[in-house]
Amino acid sequence: MPLSKIKFDKKIVLSLWIILIALIIAAPTLLPVFRLNLLGRYLSLSIVALGVDLIWGYTGLLSLGQGIFFALGGYCAAMYLQITSSSEFPNNIPEFFALYGVEKLPFFWEPFRSPVFTFFAIWIIPALVAGLIGFLVFRNRIKGVYFSILTQASLLVFFNFFNGQQKLINGTNGLKTDVTQLFGQMVGSESMQRLFFWVTAFLVIAAWFFAKWVVKGRFGNILIGIRDDEPRVRFTGYNPVIFKTIIFSIAGGLAGISGALYTVQSGIVSPQFMTVPFSIEMVIWVAVGGRGTLLGAILGAVFINYAKSLVSEALPASWMFIQGGLFILVVTALPEGVLGWIQGNGPRNLLQRFGLKRKIETYPSLEINNKEQK
Amino acid sequence: MELLLDSLFNGVAIGSVLLVAALGLAIVFGLMGVINLAHGELMMLGAYTTYVTQLIFKLPILKSFYNSYIIVSIFLAFIVSGVVGILLEKTIIRKLYGSPLETLLATWGVSLILQQFVRSVPLAYGTGLVISLIIGLLLPTTFPSKIKESINFKYFKFSSWIIAALTGVLTGNIISSSVSKLSRASARNVDVTAPSWMRGQVEIIGTAFPKTRLMIIVITVISVIAITLFLNQSAWGMRIRAVTQNRQMSDCLGISTEKVDIITFGIGSGLAGVAGVAVSLLGSVGPNVGGNYIVGCFMVVVLGGVGNLLGTVLASFGIGIMTDLIGAGRLLSIWPDMPLPLSNTINFFATTSMARVMIFALIVIFLQFKPTGLFPQKGRMVEN
Repeated sequence: MPLSKIKFDKKIVLSLWIILIALIIAAPTLLPVFRLNLLGRYLSLSIVALGVDLIWGYTGLLSLGQGIFFALGGYCAAMYLQITSSSEFPNNIPEFFALYGVEKLPFFWEPFRSPVFTFFAIWIIPALVAGLIGFLVFRNRIKGVYFSILTQASLLVFFNFFNGQQKLINGTNGLKTDVTQLFGQMVGSESMQRLFFWVTAFLVIAAWFFAKWVVKGRFGNILIGIRDDEPRVRFTGYNPVIFKTIIFSIAGGLAGISGALYTVQSGIVSPQFMTVPFSIEMVIWVAVGGRGTLLGAILGAVFINYAKSLVSEALPASWMFIQGGLFILVVTALPEGVLGWIQGNGPRNLLQRFGLKRKIETYPSLEINNKEQK
Repeated sequence: MELLLDSLFNGVAIGSVLLVAALGLAIVFGLMGVINLAHGELMMLGAYTTYVTQLIFKLPILKSFYNSYIIVSIFLAFIVSGVVGILLEKTIIRKLYGSPLETLLATWGVSLILQQFVRSVPLAYGTGLVISLIIGLLLPTTFPSKIKESINFKYFKFSSWIIAALTGVLTGNIISSSVSKLSRASARNVDVTAPSWMRGQVEIIGTAFPKTRLMIIVITVISVIAITLFLNQSAWGMRIRAVTQNRQMSDCLGISTEKVDIITFGIGSGLAGVAGVAVSLLGSVGPNVGGNYIVGCFMVVVLGGVGNLLGTVLASFGIGIMTDLIGAGRLLSIWPDMPLPLSNTINFFATTSMARVMIFALIVIFLQFKPTGLFPQKGRMVEN
C-alpha cells in the first residue's frame, strides 16, 4: 500500500509537528548565524518549489520561467525597502539614482511607499503577470515543450529588460536590501534575520497547507486530468484554459512570496534571479524530491541547495558535474523522485530484488500495470 | 537606398548565424520531436574544435596549410559534434522518446556537464577523448559484413574500443606536449583568429562588408542546400521523412527506425558543430558561448513551424532583419520626422537587449494568430 494512503496514528502526527515547531523555534540558537541564514534562504526557495510542483507535478506544465515571478516578488520587496530608507539621500530617492543623474522617482516606484501596497504587490503582481502570460499561451493551446520554450524566452525577455534599465531599477547591479531599514532596524542585522527565518518557516508550512488544499477535491482532480489527458478533460465539458491559468498564477504568486523572502535574507535582488539556469534548477529540486508530492518539493529544495553549498565549499568545480548527473539520473532512473519512489513501494521492491522480502503474489496483469499513467 | 541595403545586409548576417544555429535544432526538434537543450553546447564543441584545429595547424608540419584550417575545421566540427550527439542519443535520449519534457531536463544536465568538462579538462585530453569516441563508434561500422554478422562481433567491437582508447590517449599526449596552450585546463575564453584571406572587408555596391560575415553567410547557404538535398534526394533522407510522417508504418515497411533516429540526431548535432565554427568567427569562444544562442534558435523553430525547413529559413531571416531594424533604431533614420511619442518609443527599444524584448513581444503576438508557426504541419489530429 502506498505510503500516502496509510493513516498514521494521530498521536504520531501530533508529536512530529511538535518536534518540528520546537526545532524551528530553537534553530536560531542551535545554528551559527551563517548557517541559519542559509537555511532560511533554502526554506524560502522551497515555496517556489511548491509552485513548480503544482504546475508541473499536478498539471503537467513544465515552466522554465518561474524566475520571472520569483524576481518580481524580490523586486517589489526591495523597492519598498529602498524607498522607505532613502530619506538621507538627495531628492529623497534611493541612492543609486544619483549615479545615473535621475532626479525624479520613476512613476512606478511611487505606490511602493505604502507598506500595505507592497504587502499585496509581492504576491499579486507576480500572480497577475503569470496569469497574463499563461492566458496568452494557453488560449492558443500551446502546450508541452512549446510552453516550456515560451516561458524560457519570456524569462530571457524579463532578464534583458531588468538588466538593461539602469535608470529605472539599477540594471545589472540590482537593488540591495541589507543596509535598508525595516521597523527601525537594519534588515541585514542578526535580530532581523532571525525574525525572517521564523516568518519563512511559518510561511513554508502555510504554503504547504495551501497547496494541499488546492490539489484536494475537484479542482485538484481536474488538474491531474489535464496532466494525464487534456483532450478528454475538454471533451467532458471543462475548459482547461481557465484551470491552467489559475494554477499558473497561483504558482506565480507563490514564487513572488518566495522571491521576497529570499531577497531580504540574501540582501540583494538582481537580474541574476532571472537567469536561465536558476529557473531550471527549481525544476530539478522538485524532480529529485518527487513531483506531485508537495512535501517532496520542499525537501528537495532544502536538501539539494544544502548539498550545493556543502559541495561548492569543498570542491567548487564538481558541483556542475553532480548537478548535471542529477538531472540525467533523476529523469532516467528515478522519474518519480525520492519521495515518490518511497511512496510507490520502491524500498519494498528493492528488498524483494535482494530476496530479503517475500514477493506479493497477485494477478499478473496487476503487477505489469501497477505504474500509474503518466 | 544605401541605408536600406546596409540594414538588409546586417539583418541577413544576423539571420544567417541564427539560421545555421537553428538548422540542426529544426531537424532534431522538427523531425524527431526531441528537444535538445544541449544544442548550444554542441555548438560550443564546434567552436572549440575550430580553436584546436587552428592551433594544430600552427605546428611546423602543417604550417604551410594554415590558411585552409577554417575549411578543415568545418568538417572536423561536424564530425566531433555529430559523434558526441550520437553518443548522447545512444545513451540517454533513446530511453526518453515520447516524453519530451524529460528529454529537455536530461539534455540540460548534459549541457551542464559539457560546460564544466570544457572548463576543467585540458583541451588536449578532451581532443583525445573525442578522437577515441569517433574511432570507437565508427570503426565497427567499417568492418565487412561477414564479421558484422558473426557471433563473435561483440569481441571485435570490444577490441575496436580498446584501439580507440589507446589512440585517444596517444593523441591526447602528443597534442598536449606539442601545443602548450592546450595542455592546461582553463575557464578563460579563447580567440579564434581568421586566416589572412578572411580578414578585411569587401565592397559590394558601394558598401563595405566584413569578409567573416560573408563567410558565415556562405557556410549557412551551403549547409541549407546540403541538408535540403540530403532530405529530398537521398535514400536515407526519404527514410527520415517517412519516419517523421508515420513511425509505426515505416517500421512495418522495414525501415530501421533506430538507425533513422541515430542518423537524424547525428546530422542535427553535426550542424550544431558547423554553427559553432560560424560563431567562433564572431567573437571569443567560452564555455557559455552556446547558451547565448539556444533561446533564439528555439524561437526560430517555433516561429517557422515544426518540420519545415523553409519556415526555419524565413523565420531566421525575419528575426534577423527585425532585430537590426529595431536594435539599431534604423526606422528613425529612414523616417526622420516621425511624431515624438513614436520616436521616443523607438529610441527606448534601440539597444540589442531591448530589441530582443520587442522581438519576443512581436513573436507572441504573431503566435496569437498562428499558434503553430508560419508553416504548420497539416493533419487532423486532436493532439500530437
